Amino acid sequence: MTDLGIWAVPLAILAGAIRVSTPFLFVSLGEVLTERSGRINLGLEGTLVFGAMSGYAVAYLTGSPWAGVLAAAVAGALFGLVHGLICSLPRVNDIAIGIAMMILGMGLAFYFGKPFVQPVAPDLPAIPLGWWSDLPQVQAALQVNVLFLIGAAAAFAMWWMFRATRVGLIIRVVGDSTDAARAMGLRPALIRTLATAAGGAFAGVGGAYLSLYYPGSWNEGISSGQGLMAVALVIFARWNPVACFGAALLFGGAGALGPALQSVGVSEGYYLYYAAPYVLTLGVLIATSSPHRAMTGAPGELSITK
Amino acid sequence: MPTHPFSRRGFLRSGAALAGAAAVAPLSALPVSAAGDLTVGFIYVGPKDDFGYNQAHAEGAAAVKAMAGVTVVEEENVAETTDVQKSMESMINFDGATLLFPTSFGYFDPHILEVAPKYPDLRFEHCGGLWSADKHPSNVGSYFGYIGMGQYLNGIAAGHATKTKKIGFVAAKPIPQVLLNINSFLLGARAVDPSITCQVIFTGEWSMAVREAEATNALADGGADVITCHVDGPKVVMETAASRGCFLCGYHADQSPLAPDMYLTGAEWNWAQVYTDMVTTTMNGGSIDNFVRGGLAEGFIKMSPLGPAVSDAARAQFEATKAEIMKGGFAVIKGPLKDNAGNVIATEGQAFAETDVALESMGYLVEGVIGSTS
Repeated sequence: MTDLGIWAVPLAILAGAIRVSTPFLFVSLGEVLTERSGRINLGLEGTLVFGAMSGYAVAYLTGSPWAGVLAAAVAGALFGLVHGLICSLPRVNDIAIGIAMMILGMGLAFYFGKPFVQPVAPDLPAIPLGWWSDLPQVQAALQVNVLFLIGAAAAFAMWWMFRATRVGLIIRVVGDSTDAARAMGLRPALIRTLATAAGGAFAGVGGAYLSLYYPGSWNEGISSGQGLMAVALVIFARWNPVACFGAALLFGGAGALGPALQSVGVSEGYYLYYAAPYVLTLGVLIATSSPHRAMTGAPGELSITK
Repeated sequence: MPTHPFSRRGFLRSGAALAGAAAVAPLSALPVSAAGDLTVGFIYVGPKDDFGYNQAHAEGAAAVKAMAGVTVVEEENVAETTDVQKSMESMINFDGATLLFPTSFGYFDPHILEVAPKYPDLRFEHCGGLWSADKHPSNVGSYFGYIGMGQYLNGIAAGHATKTKKIGFVAAKPIPQVLLNINSFLLGARAVDPSITCQVIFTGEWSMAVREAEATNALADGGADVITCHVDGPKVVMETAASRGCFLCGYHADQSPLAPDMYLTGAEWNWAQVYTDMVTTTMNGGSIDNFVRGGLAEGFIKMSPLGPAVSDAARAQFEATKAEIMKGGFAVIKGPLKDNAGNVIATEGQAFAETDVALESMGYLVEGVIGSTS
């Protein structure tokens, strides 16, 4: 195998961006959809973990990883639906319900997931886009999973939906002003509930990617907080689906930095490199913040920005 | 999984699981004591079927459970925080446990040291080797095995299997036990071919699935073609390495079912023997030594059966070295030897046998290991 020297680092960051970003991308897209309708669902970490478990379990029982992805999406949608319905009741706080749903999702996943820690489920397929290269490192880096491509397409589709379609406009109106939406004859509670359910389905698929492709196994420690990070990514991405795609890539790539630097011999201070994604977030948020104006892109009805 | 998902009992049990998750201290198996004369408690830091550290201990607990007159209570996913103190207190006060095995390294200080003095009649056995007579309570004991010898044997299998002359190690944290394993793995491989190097990547956490997968990919990208690890649950490392076409050496438990063709061998714990011995001693009214150690010869550790990819030459050297270790007093760390920063570790003729306690405060990586402890 050819020794790439220092070039191994940018290659590893690219590979990490492709491999690690998908759960961030799906969860943040789901959260964008929910928040644009005027609700926050903090429970997506629980949905992600439950999606990982149900996806793995169904893939193992049926032998089809795609059945697993579908099951994860359905389970995620159910979690979203429960969150949406409870929050439609008067005087219910969506943040508190989100935290409760997060704990519920993880508890249920651990309970039902116990028999599936040991079995090995089939993995989702990947497309070898590195066939043109002789380097095994490049070939490995460009093993692109189908869900990554679907996620990227969904990001652009959602961006277009918000900008140019009737459905997008309805979600935005409901998210920006309940009164205006009512005046237009829309039913805000129903629309928010549906948006939360759809957002939950995205998060469930993100979980299925974790358990069915990378790292590709189910256990209770499968998520290292991707669901929580992704909710923060939404603010980082200013509620823009395409920016979410960029932010997810950035986080995936930054996560690959620590192992990659150690593998080329920069081995001192690896705890610092592992903190890179978080330092990066802080830096960007500080650089783009302003004391003079409100956050651009924030939906008006969101409980944290209202 | 319950056969009737919505039965009353299933509902109650899931309710209990939820309550446990909410308190971040899941409920243990419900107490069914009074049946035995001795109740033994086992506490694990992770899931007890993780193909790794916790599974190895849980297999030991299962052997104890099979003994007559013994009741076993277990609790998994207990964090190395005051949670473990609560777990110990609850096992003592509600389940009547008199012999406790809080198995994770980080449970010792301050948690066991906090609880043990309150119950001088009970026995606390900690895995990892931190106990010392002048500093710690006498009802606390430490036990550990010379698993570095297993990693040395792993290294011999790896040394024969590697084509790139580069082997890889995914490590959690740079504590002495982990460093000894890394050094032993390389020195085993160098007993086959002194030109072999070992790349180590530290993840900084005992269990972090995505980072372990990234570390394994980075090792494979760097040219390593035999990979082992020291993390709590080796499943992710083994599956990722196998998908990159690397040979595997297991750790903690037998991971051969994950990739039978690529699995060379593995260094496994054999806690079943250790635990049943300790329980038998306790039931017979004897007292367990405060400082218990053992290796291959004493049955504290064992090797996974050699896989189909192991050559005849490798098999011969593996078996010969294993026989040598079984005689006792084998030294992996022996002179002349330098660390990877050039400092002398052992001069010509100097040797640290497996029983040498100096090895338990190891703070270096030997020459040939690419990596750093900080």
